[in-house]
Amino acid sequence: MERGLELHHIGVRFGGLTALDDVSLRVPPNRVVGVIGPNGAGKTTLFNVICGFVAPESGSLTLDGRPLRPRPHRLTRLGIARTLQGTGLFAGLSVVENVMTGASHTARAGFASALLGLPASDRDERRLREHALAILDDLGIAAHADAAPSTLPFAVRQRVALARALAARPRLLLLDEPAGGLGADDIAELAELVRQLPRRDADPCAVLLVEHHMDLVMAVCDELVVLDFGRVIATGTPDQVRDDPAVTDAYLGATVEEVSP
Amino acid sequence: MVLAAGVLLVGVSYAVEPFRNFQLATVAAYLCATAGLTVLTGLNGQLSLGHGALMATGAYTVALCQNAFADRGMTGGWLLPISLTAAIVSTVAVGAVVGVAAARLRGPYLAGVTLAVAVVVPALAVTFDGVFNGEQGLSVPVEPPPLALGPYFPYERWQLWLTGAATLLVLLLLANLIRSRYGRTFRAVRDDEVAARLAGIHVARTQVLAFVVSAATAGLGGALLAVLAQSVSPGAFSLTLSLFLLMAVVIGGLGRLAGAVWGAVLLVALPDLTHSVTELLTLSPAVAQRLEGNLPLAIFGLTLIVVMIAAPGGIQGLLSGLGRRLRARRS
Repeated sequence: MERGLELHHIGVRFGGLTALDDVSLRVPPNRVVGVIGPNGAGKTTLFNVICGFVAPESGSLTLDGRPLRPRPHRLTRLGIARTLQGTGLFAGLSVVENVMTGASHTARAGFASALLGLPASDRDERRLREHALAILDDLGIAAHADAAPSTLPFAVRQRVALARALAARPRLLLLDEPAGGLGADDIAELAELVRQLPRRDADPCAVLLVEHHMDLVMAVCDELVVLDFGRVIATGTPDQVRDDPAVTDAYLGATVEEVSP
Repeated sequence: MVLAAGVLLVGVSYAVEPFRNFQLATVAAYLCATAGLTVLTGLNGQLSLGHGALMATGAYTVALCQNAFADRGMTGGWLLPISLTAAIVSTVAVGAVVGVAAARLRGPYLAGVTLAVAVVVPALAVTFDGVFNGEQGLSVPVEPPPLALGPYFPYERWQLWLTGAATLLVLLLLANLIRSRYGRTFRAVRDDEVAARLAGIHVARTQVLAFVVSAATAGLGGALLAVLAQSVSPGAFSLTLSLFLLMAVVIGGLGRLAGAVWGAVLLVALPDLTHSVTELLTLSPAVAQRLEGNLPLAIFGLTLIVVMIAAPGGIQGLLSGLGRRLRARRS
């Protein structure tokens, strides 16, 4: 049963610009895979293809071997959740309401019972709230449950966004630059948290991580995919990728030998 | 809470003179519309300049139904609820069509489409004068209060009971909805559509739902206004009414049902106030008439600007802020 999410020869073009060119990768269950690459390498486009915001021109996706035609609002039903760059929190919702909303696909109460205020509707909300509070507790931010997101420090908000994604009980979590805007201590904590995600007893999940921050990537990923100009130029364990000349080339624009006199 | 409000309403209906009863009934009718609009604009973030037209849809439907019943010689207290239900259904149908268009549009484009609705619907009433009787409009035959209430039961008190009951029901249902996952989903879609989609929410469906809900209440509000006035004409549902509704919910406090109450009170109180003002100033009849037509809009506009600068949360935001400060001082 070792399949997970697979991308097969994905190609995306915006006008004349090739954003992704023949990209194939796999995220096996309960592994952490990182996607790195210079700015404009196609990392965010890759995420948008997986989420269904961008339709690929060529290639296909499969989830556990079955064809996947992603649409954003159906993702959590398929067991895929994504965080956004920045935090993308709902500013008008409290922290716990934000997290509750992450599990929207599990809500059962119908419109009529909500309108009439039937017990089924209240029970539904209560169940979602307890679920959300448990996740906030796991992430150590239960104290902020009733706060408005804008009153909280950025690192806490980042964690709320993570909690909202985890509320969907995903099998695969897509993290879009989770270290952006965090300090060194916060990044170390985040790394520990991400490392634990596939190993938890309850709802373990695989992680696909897009990140600029090399320390985090090297610390948490089992496997790395390096993109440059929309192409995969290297894959392997962090150690393998670090020593790959093609990677240094892409990041520095030239190999070290060429630059030094 | 609703029960208490109902008891209070009945008490008030005995305490005040008939004209005040009629005014309160009008407030209740407007409240149906403002409560729905504040859910749409305040909680779901969709701006509608067309709710006056949706009220017209409800008003004309109730007029056509009541006339049809009267023509066939049908009588009975159960006819009005049927007509009101028909008004809600027809407005829901119109609201669904506009809502589907609205869900694809944002900001100024959405305002444009709903503005078109506000202009087109009264024009339709004038164009198809065979059915709607043009500028003259239609009369709305309404039965007298049931005999069980006694032979001398004031008609205005009956009107207040009728609209009050309908409006309290609407407020109860809306409050339930706001408290449920639908209220949360409305707000989530308002705040961040991309994040809402990734959280498993069908954004367009949510927006259409919010539009339909607010259309239903606007239709009922319009129908109740028609029943109160016992007539309906295109002039009563002009673009100005749509603007008034929107200003009323913003001044009252956007996204709060209590704010919608303040808005509805203002909608009835301000024209009344301008009437007193023009009477105070001894003016020639022509000038007075022109002033009375335009002054409420001007006052509303000014109030809106002042409120937006002084209290962006509207009247209700101001009040709950004061309440919080008082409690903080006491503890």
